[in-house]
Amino acid sequence: MSVAHLLVERAGLFDTIQDSGRIGFQALGMPVAGAMDRIALRLANALVGNPAGTACLEIGVVGPTLRIEADSVRVAVVGPVALDLTTAPGGPATRVDADRSHLLTRGQSLRVGMVEGASTACLAIEGGFALAPFMGSLSTYTRAGVGGFEGRKLRDGDRLPLTLDAARKREERRLPGAFDHGAGPIRVVPGPQTDHFTDAGRAAFFGGEYTVSKEADRMGIRFDGPRIEHSALGPDIVSDGIAAGSIQVPGAGLPIALLSDRQTVGGYPKIATIASVDLPRVGRLPPGTRVRFAAIGVAEAEDLRADQERRLARLLADLPVARPPGGIDLVALYERNLIDGVVWD
Amino acid sequence: MSIRYLDCGDTAFSVEFGNVIAPDINARVMALHAAILAEHEAGRLPGVVETVPSMRALLVCYDPAIARRADLQPLVEALASGDLAAAVPPRAIAIPCCYDDSDFAPDLAEVAQRTGRTPEQVIEAHLGSHFRVYVLGFMPGLAYIAGLDPALELPRRSSPRVHVPRSSVAIAMNMTTIYPFDSPGGWHLLGRTPLRLFDQRRDQPVLLAPGDRVRFRRVARVEFDAIAADVEAGTLDWKTLELAP
Repeated sequence: MSVAHLLVERAGLFDTIQDSGRIGFQALGMPVAGAMDRIALRLANALVGNPAGTACLEIGVVGPTLRIEADSVRVAVVGPVALDLTTAPGGPATRVDADRSHLLTRGQSLRVGMVEGASTACLAIEGGFALAPFMGSLSTYTRAGVGGFEGRKLRDGDRLPLTLDAARKREERRLPGAFDHGAGPIRVVPGPQTDHFTDAGRAAFFGGEYTVSKEADRMGIRFDGPRIEHSALGPDIVSDGIAAGSIQVPGAGLPIALLSDRQTVGGYPKIATIASVDLPRVGRLPPGTRVRFAAIGVAEAEDLRADQERRLARLLADLPVARPPGGIDLVALYERNLIDGVVWD
Repeated sequence: MSIRYLDCGDTAFSVEFGNVIAPDINARVMALHAAILAEHEAGRLPGVVETVPSMRALLVCYDPAIARRADLQPLVEALASGDLAAAVPPRAIAIPCCYDDSDFAPDLAEVAQRTGRTPEQVIEAHLGSHFRVYVLGFMPGLAYIAGLDPALELPRRSSPRVHVPRSSVAIAMNMTTIYPFDSPGGWHLLGRTPLRLFDQRRDQPVLLAPGDRVRFRRVARVEFDAIAADVEAGTLDWKTLELAP
């Protein structure tokens, strides 16, 4: 039994364990859940050398303070977030970079600050967490209290068991720069209930500017903005399945984008579905962000996604070695038995 | 009504069999769901991730990194145009329900009054209804179970309750349901089952599946408590719930 763990000295606002989602049980009403930002999940795992889809800690808005209670741990946080490393309790903190891996040792504490300009970030641990999957996945779905760590967000004092007692010997890696999640209007594919909206209603949605409201969480985002008029078919349908990124419009006429923790079926008409290329971007939109929506076709959406996957694969195939802050990495020197002549990337 | 294929972005499309709640439409949905599952398990239909059945449509989810809609839809069309009658044989389940405790059945008197019946007649109508699970959704394990005696049809409560206890048995429209969790709810509460519709300790955490035939069996509080203790301990023999077809 592994005793290596991370101690949650102070929990963040909404930290949950997430992987690629719980696939194959929607027919039983079980939502997929999973990481809000699939790209960050993939990048963070790659930085610590994990297989894609290994469960990570998703940081919601403000992150936790984690004390290393293992010989050593390799960790990477991907996202616009400040990280402070404390070596001794009450001691001075050193700012360290996100978007790269770090080798931390027993007793050190990593404080993950507020995510700036986004709602989520992703923290990966080499080897992942020693937790039992539920229905094939470690994704936390808090509404049913299943998956992840006791089916809930982290609390002060939690001990997250780790798979590895110590980090493996390897070089630290970094992203060459923040991955471009995309800019401009959010691309959406119209449908499936286009006929439940008037021409004016569709024009309002595709022509208007919308703001992410405070009612935004892992289930979905309510937008404020121009009201969308329903056609004579009205704002109710016989419930049908809800794809990731569906944008439903209840009777009040304001759109709701349905994200990772979305319900499996629903009874409001859906005006459009967010193209998968832009879903990670939407998964990190903080309240107050202004957005527009642009219509594209299914084939174009598939092409854009394929381009994004190629861009990701190229990036991951050649992750640069991370220079240690201040120049010389003594640990790396020791491990490589090098005295001089170190050549950086 | 002919089948419509509706766009749901680049990771799913909807196969819509109709836009009403009807047994023949739901049967075709479930048959296509089963057919795609069988193809998928046989290694065909690469790229299909899962399918989500609802009353009247099947959502086909796919991975755009593996399959494209233009290639996948013709394969699904071929399955949908085939003989969809040979669906999975339904299970028949008897769900124990206690109607006799006022904590369990806070809406029994009002339902009786609004339908012009005695509370006992309401219970008899619920027990006499031949139900079928149409779809699961909204929350894990929550089953929409249609087939309620038309004499009991009422709209949802005008003001939903903030708190409905787990395992409450409720009715609204032409359906009955059982709440898998403590949750808000707008249906009329007629009783409570000692069973848990969702229990993550079980190998099969979700009790009911689409297509299941369902009857209710009246139990007194004593038997309710006995079954509830077995459920709590994880010792209930689930086969005792199944009815002969």
